Amino acid sequence: MAGNSNYNPTNKVEKWFDERLPLLRFSKEHLMDFPSPRNINYWWTFGAVLAIMLIVQIVTGIILAMHYTPNIAMAFDSVEHIRRDVNYGRIIQGTHAVGASMFFFAVYVHMFRGLYYGSYKAPREILWILGVVIFLLMMATAFMGYVLPWGQMSFWGATVITNLFSAIPIIGTPILEFLRGGFAVDNPTLNRFFSLHYLLPFVIAAVVALHIWALHVPGNGNPTGVEVKSSADTLPFHPYFTMKDLFVVVVFFIPFAWFVFFAPDILGHADNYIEANPFVTPAHIVPEWYLLPFYAMLRAIDFDVFFISAKLGGVIIMFGSIIILMVLPWLDGSKVRSGSFRPMFKPFYWLFVLNFLLLMYLGGQGAEGIYVILSKVATAYYFGYFLVILPILARIETPKPLPSSISQAVLDKNK
Amino acid sequence: MNIKKNIFAVFAVITMAISAAPALSAGGGGKHAELQKWSFGGVFGTYDTNQLQRGFQVFYEVCSSCHGAKLISFRNFAEAGGPEFSKDQVKALAAEYTILDAELEEGERTATPADRWPSPFETELEAREANNGAFPPDFSVLAKARNLPKKFPMNFYDMATAYQEGGADYIYNLLVSYEDEPPHGVEIGDGQSYNAFFGGGLSMMSPLMEELVEYEDTTIPLTVEQYAKDVSAFMYWMADPHLVQRKTIGLKVLIFLSILALLMYLVKRKIWAGVKH
Ligand code: HEC
Ligand code: HEM
Repeated sequence: MAGNSNYNPTNKVEKWFDERLPLLRFSKEHLMDFPSPRNINYWWTFGAVLAIMLIVQIVTGIILAMHYTPNIAMAFDSVEHIRRDVNYGRIIQGTHAVGASMFFFAVYVHMFRGLYYGSYKAPREILWILGVVIFLLMMATAFMGYVLPWGQMSFWGATVITNLFSAIPIIGTPILEFLRGGFAVDNPTLNRFFSLHYLLPFVIAAVVALHIWALHVPGNGNPTGVEVKSSADTLPFHPYFTMKDLFVVVVFFIPFAWFVFFAPDILGHADNYIEANPFVTPAHIVPEWYLLPFYAMLRAIDFDVFFISAKLGGVIIMFGSIIILMVLPWLDGSKVRSGSFRPMFKPFYWLFVLNFLLLMYLGGQGAEGIYVILSKVATAYYFGYFLVILPILARIETPKPLPSSISQAVLDKNK
Repeated sequence: MNIKKNIFAVFAVITMAISAAPALSAGGGGKHAELQKWSFGGVFGTYDTNQLQRGFQVFYEVCSSCHGAKLISFRNFAEAGGPEFSKDQVKALAAEYTILDAELEEGERTATPADRWPSPFETELEAREANNGAFPPDFSVLAKARNLPKKFPMNFYDMATAYQEGGADYIYNLLVSYEDEPPHGVEIGDGQSYNAFFGGGLSMMSPLMEELVEYEDTTIPLTVEQYAKDVSAFMYWMADPHLVQRKTIGLKVLIFLSILALLMYLVKRKIWAGVKH
């Protein structure tokens, strides 16, 4: 949003600089003066939490890479070397490992905020799609990072997930071998995963820059879903939202520190403390908790559909569950953005949240008995929500009356 | 429409599914674990130096003939937060071992505190041959490689209480749960011993028995339970040697963050005072 700038160079040097590279002008415009709806609630602070988490992951990751050895004979011991011999190594390593979980926790809050308040709707479709791209990149990064310590779960997780690609007809096997750098998960796999795991966070950072650019074109949405109409609706980003975000970031760091210092391994799996062994398969191969919902959907498809094998079907469903988010802006035709004004939408939304948690639970259970049936029901609801419920609701629902403006809504609330 | 009804039906199924999960799982698939009170559990947890020294003694006199600890250097035994043996004790201990070193004319030398704990067997093959075909796992991280994970929702309770000592509880329960005969109908392999906690046969026979190890402190009972507890604590220290340092820093970090959060909140409230939102 150009033209929000109150930037006035205060001295000759600044002026000289501003005429050549308006960096300070840009920063002031976008980091300080940027008008944000005065009524955005705490769910809008998680973007800032995510930005900080990305920095935490990159900084701790770079330090870890200084001491880590991407070789199957040494990787496991080199992580132990970090934990034992590097100064504060156990804390740095723990921060990175727990940080991945905290990052995903924050991204889920951020995404479910978007789903509730209809943040994906016009004019924010590109902003949302960039978010989905970030989410995909985050999953790829986390998956490859989990392989690096070369424990049993690393190895077998890598084997199971790369193996999925073999389900694709004709090109599947070449892709599989390309990903692994051979016929099986081995040293070449570890090397390329390390290289990519180092690369992808910077790609994420670049997409985040686009994400924020796309945010700063229409500006933030808000809990009423009514767009900004006048300057009475907004407050400058600094100091109002910098301070609010900072407060939440510090609060977020409290459970983060709790895990890092008192239970750094509790979110992981004990089997990853056993060095990778291609000859011993663990009893249960489970991904990290944040990938479980998608793992559950993958396994829910255990039947062939015409020429599509169960395996390929599972892969399609798993990737489809994320791809579908990209077209969500065109599936949900309701003109009302905020779920708060959509009486019929609300129960389906909350059921969707519960359903997602159920999928997370099911992803961690063995693929047997009642769990298989539940996985199928939950997968059906996941897709049904986007493909059937949202399009139909858009047609049949009568939304509650919207406030005429944000400032009006604020006044009503403060009455 | 009966949308509401359907929602309730699905909701009921979900609740049922979640509550049907057993709250506790036994680690080895056998009988339930009896959780111990560990000095290193919780926020204020710290290792009991005397216990670690006793645990070391059990390891040294009993387990180390089969199990290695390749990530542990002798010098670690003198470090703060561990068994804290004196430098001279560590030097004397190291001197009991010889290290093979092809670079030297003699092909070997006496170990120094900087050396790693030597493995009892030179190769895995040799270890298996001596142990009924089974490999005695290395102890360096074994206490972290075993766990007693709980099912939802008790796993959240563990997170809230920072219960991380599943590995120590696992090892303790394994060591005290040997039985002379397998129960009726349970088959175990040749040369194996039945372990009720493990829920089957193990190729390690019960390594402990009463009065096997002579403790210097005569007030400590010489029972299997006591040995098991001490050696489990010692193994946990091997797997997480900087626990005390980490928890001490953690406490300060938490206090710092809490105060900072409060200050942030107050500043935020001040800035927002009088602004309708
Ligand atoms: C005579 C050799 C021997 C001695 C002495 C010995 N162990 Fe073992 N231990 C083994 C073997 C062999 C295995 C592998 C058993 C198997 O896989 O069936 C094993 C396995 C273990 C395991 C892993 C069980 C699992 O969950 O897979 C633990 C824990 C263990 N030993 C602890 C100890 C402790 C503590 C001591 C000392 C008090 C000790 N051992 C002494 C041979 C020995
Ligand atoms: C590294 C990860 C990410 C970072 C750093 C990030 C950053 C941000 C920031 C700073 C904001 C503005 C503040 C806010 O609304 O919270 C924002 C808004 C938004 N983000 Fe993200 N984001 C990330 C991932 C995602 C993902 C995965 C999605 C969805 C799939 C997403 C969708 C959105 C949407 C729709 C908005 C606009 C919300 C509104 O203004 O109403 N973001 N993001």
